[in-house]
Amino acid sequence: MQVGLSHFLIISAILFSFGIYAVITRKNAILVLMGIELILNSANINFIAFTRFSTAKLDGQAIAVFVILLAAAEAAIALAIVLNIYNKFKTVNVDEISNLKE
Amino acid sequence: MNLYDITFYFFAFVTLVSAGVVVFSKNIIYSAFSLLFTFFGVAGIYVLLNADFIAVAQLLIYVGGILVLLLFGVMLTNKVISVDMKTGTLQTLPATLLSAMLAGALCGLFYATDWKIIRIPPAPETTNSLGEMFMTTYLLPFEVASIVLLVAILGAAFIARKDRSIRRTT
Repeated sequence: MQVGLSHFLIISAILFSFGIYAVITRKNAILVLMGIELILNSANINFIAFTRFSTAKLDGQAIAVFVILLAAAEAAIALAIVLNIYNKFKTVNVDEISNLKE
Repeated sequence: MNLYDITFYFFAFVTLVSAGVVVFSKNIIYSAFSLLFTFFGVAGIYVLLNADFIAVAQLLIYVGGILVLLLFGVMLTNKVISVDMKTGTLQTLPATLLSAMLAGALCGLFYATDWKIIRIPPAPETTNSLGEMFMTTYLLPFEVASIVLLVAILGAAFIARKDRSIRRTT
């Protein structure tokens, strides 16, 4: 069977489910972030696959560039927040951090 | 099975297996390093989809930037020497059910849908036309994105700063 659009879409679907699983189950906040990166990557695969197999020019690839950019910004901000939380609570396990204010 | 298909299955295998290690490994360091292979595999998939610029950007930004940031985060928030870097999991059963159902539904949907596929011959390289699009069609989002990056840099530096005494006194 020749590799076509649905192959790429199925890869991205499995990657998306892995990301959701990581976001739900992991205790460590950094591993939750890794799950979010997996989700963003799977969305990008979808955008680029649809660009390749349609008459749309390169709009999907342009959107993919913006997604990568936002992922970089999100990782920087989220890690700053995680480091701050670690300084305050001495842990980054999201189930132990339940205080809004000390 | 031509070369394209074999390459696709290779990259798909690398991506999915290393993503599985990221999700299921108990050791944070193993997860972080196998995320590297996931990003490489996804970049290979981008190349197979004729997205050369995105593939290189993926390697530069994800592998060179985000992964290093995540590794810094892992190193700074775990006592590397004293405590072993294990991490626990929560709500394993509902999460397994939910993500398995999600994967099944999405795969079934993608497989069953009769996509109208148009195979136009791909452009030899996309960087030129992408640059033109950013300067014409996507000019406003492009400029807004640069402001977003600036704000993100300043915000991250401000949040992660250790000494807050200056702000308290003013």
